[in-house]
Amino acid sequence: MAEGGSGVIDALAFLGDFGDAIEFIFKERESTSKGVMVGGLSELGGFALTHMLVSLVAMAVAIAIAVPTGLALGHKGKGEFLAISISNVGRAVPAVILLFFFVAFIGNGFRNVAFVLILLAIPPILTNAYVGARQVDREVVDAARGMGMNGMQIVRGVRLPLAMPTIFAGIRTSTVSVLATATIGPFANLQTLGEPILSDAIYGFSGQLGGAIVVAVITLTADAGIGLAQRAVTPMGIKLAEEPQAKRRWMSLPTRRREAAT
Amino acid sequence: MASALGAQPFAQDAPEDFFGKRATGCVQEEGFCPDWIADNYDRYLDPFFQHVILTVVPVAIGFAIAFTLALIAHRRRWLIGPVAGFTGALYTIPSVAFFFLLQPLTGLGRTTAIVALTCYTLLIIFRNVITGLNAVPEEAKDAARGMGLTDRQLLWRVELPLALPEVLAGLRIATTTTVGLAALAFLAGGGGLGAELDAQKYFKSNVAVAGGLCILLAAVLDVIILAFQRLVTQWQRAAAA
Amino acid sequence: MTHPIVKLVALFVVLALALTGGACGGDDEGGGSDGERAAGVEAIEKDPANQGKSFTVGSKNFDEQFILGEVYAQALEAAGFKVDKKLNLGSEQIAYKALKSGQIDGYPEYTGTSLTSFFDVKVDDVPKDPDEAYQLTKEKYAEQDITALSRTQFENTFRIATTKEKQQNLLKGAKTLSEVAKLPNASKLSIAGFPECRQRADCLLGLKATYGWTPEFISDEGKYDPIDKDRADLGFVFSTDGELVGDKYPIVEDDKNLFPPYNISFEISNKALKDIGPNGEKVLLAVQKPLTEKVMRELNSRVSIDKQEPEKVAHDYLTQFGFIK
Repeated sequence: MAEGGSGVIDALAFLGDFGDAIEFIFKERESTSKGVMVGGLSELGGFALTHMLVSLVAMAVAIAIAVPTGLALGHKGKGEFLAISISNVGRAVPAVILLFFFVAFIGNGFRNVAFVLILLAIPPILTNAYVGARQVDREVVDAARGMGMNGMQIVRGVRLPLAMPTIFAGIRTSTVSVLATATIGPFANLQTLGEPILSDAIYGFSGQLGGAIVVAVITLTADAGIGLAQRAVTPMGIKLAEEPQAKRRWMSLPTRRREAAT
Repeated sequence: MASALGAQPFAQDAPEDFFGKRATGCVQEEGFCPDWIADNYDRYLDPFFQHVILTVVPVAIGFAIAFTLALIAHRRRWLIGPVAGFTGALYTIPSVAFFFLLQPLTGLGRTTAIVALTCYTLLIIFRNVITGLNAVPEEAKDAARGMGLTDRQLLWRVELPLALPEVLAGLRIATTTTVGLAALAFLAGGGGLGAELDAQKYFKSNVAVAGGLCILLAAVLDVIILAFQRLVTQWQRAAAA
Repeated sequence: MTHPIVKLVALFVVLALALTGGACGGDDEGGGSDGERAAGVEAIEKDPANQGKSFTVGSKNFDEQFILGEVYAQALEAAGFKVDKKLNLGSEQIAYKALKSGQIDGYPEYTGTSLTSFFDVKVDDVPKDPDEAYQLTKEKYAEQDITALSRTQFENTFRIATTKEKQQNLLKGAKTLSEVAKLPNASKLSIAGFPECRQRADCLLGLKATYGWTPEFISDEGKYDPIDKDRADLGFVFSTDGELVGDKYPIVEDDKNLFPPYNISFEISNKALKDIGPNGEKVLLAVQKPLTEKVMRELNSRVSIDKQEPEKVAHDYLTQFGFIK
């Protein structure tokens, strides 16, 4: 196939394509299969809006389900193996499979894609909420109990705030996954930014690249935004008290409480 | 739209028994058919082994790269930001796009798929190794230094063993995620179980087997890493005792 | 005392070995009967002169392409060539790129698709006569140092299908697209098609241009599933689809000839053509001769409905017609 020399040429051509892709984002052009104008801000803007909307809905529902559940389970200390294993295995189920599977049952469109994305988003948030709740120091919980708080109050007043950084880490992971996966929308009749990526015969390579660039930009922005929100929400006490640990929490995916290391 | 030349130059009659009677049944109804699965499971073997390769190779290479980067960045803290940023940026490229976009550079086929999948493992593993190393208690490090350990000995004898759970957690996450992403490798001509799934998307038996094998593979790999972790922890305890 | 996890791992290893062993020991079901050869078919002879010559066959990413790719590949193999198969490349753009770059030596492409997608011919300008379309295709490919082998008898063009029930109730018995376009509820009808169809001049856009009809478009990867499960009223399907055997799905006729001809022609790079020589070319042309629309539909139905593997279906076709034993 390609010999060494043409590899360099390929790389240069790729850079050229990059410029072409940027142009695709902003200006309309005729489709690769001829006959219709594609590209440009208005078309891509429409795709982007749908893309972000379905992702937002999915994240909102996933958070609403996974955070309370994870916290409650973590508080009780039950179901750890199940929570984490379902999460691990859930990651392995290709979203595409879920999508086609659901087309038969829920049909096409926004609902189907949102449903699949919700299922995709729940595991990391659930696991992190669980682990975050679990990691709260025994002493703090005992103190709270001593003050007369009941289970629910402990969860809301103690475990939740202290688990915030970990939960946010999970939300960040989920958000990136959801935004990336919403690209399979066109398989279920939802025109997200996956449309220019999947229909290369219409949008051409520059179109694919352009679509991918827009998704990447949205994802990076969302990731950064959530990072900021996370900083804002982390109780000041934690930020000050645990220097290296704080870095651990906002960067990491969940850690298991190290049992017998001490 | 008949050809002006007529059908003659092309016509060739099919043998009599060619057009069989249309069969009906579970398979034709696109249902879940255990008999068919039992008869046809062998068509999933090659894709399954391709999928194993598409998972194990990217994770192995990704681990080698990310682990090394993390060790370097652990000593030169200013590197953490840029490396995390770069691997993070790779992670945000939608996998679907990645399989297409690499084609001008690496062509069609397994190589392209493996390159893309490797990139996705980098962030997860890098983050977890750094995190694990960060979480090593200062006391342990001070004690080791007090005993006269060099930096390198500190790393390999104290920090890494203590960081192991976090590192392996990252490895587990990277592995299971890769199994799922590898289902899209067929878009780059890389084969795998995704190709089988795509071939018969609405045939419930096919979706069940292809999807089920993905889940099975992920579960098994997950268990293997977990087993490794338990083994190593037992060794550590035995050595310490 | 073995740790339970170790037991699990051992179990898996045993299972894996058992499956592999099973696969090795398995036999493939006997293919074609030793029945009569189809009229005029010569068996393909292994030519020692071809030994050592290799050829890479490509194909696009749907059933008919897999079958055709397998047919051509197995035919060349029977003639003694060393054949590499790169089927399921992707869309026509990807396949064409692979051909031009030498990644593959040849693949089956449709005349209409070649003209509209590669050579800038507008859908309306494509000759309606299959032979003229083929001649034009051949000329255009020749400029790219590619030879378009003679066309097949069958064409695989777009058709608009619906269910019997929908034709009665929604279409009021309309049988042609012109009639449908004139229906009072025309713009409320929905039509399903693969995602790219939405923007293709020879697909959805053609309906508007030729018939003045803009139905609602449902982007869906299933062809007959949407109309069966009521996700859409009509669907873009293909004339050689296996599901069309037996008239289960009435076709709404393209009376204004919107869709150009789509006969298959095996596109082969000139370099590869010289390599396989006139005998190789003869083999390729021979195996595609019996492919009528009826035969193609039968082959497609074996893959799409009976869920057989394209490799086996191609093999059965070649044996049942007498090309190979």
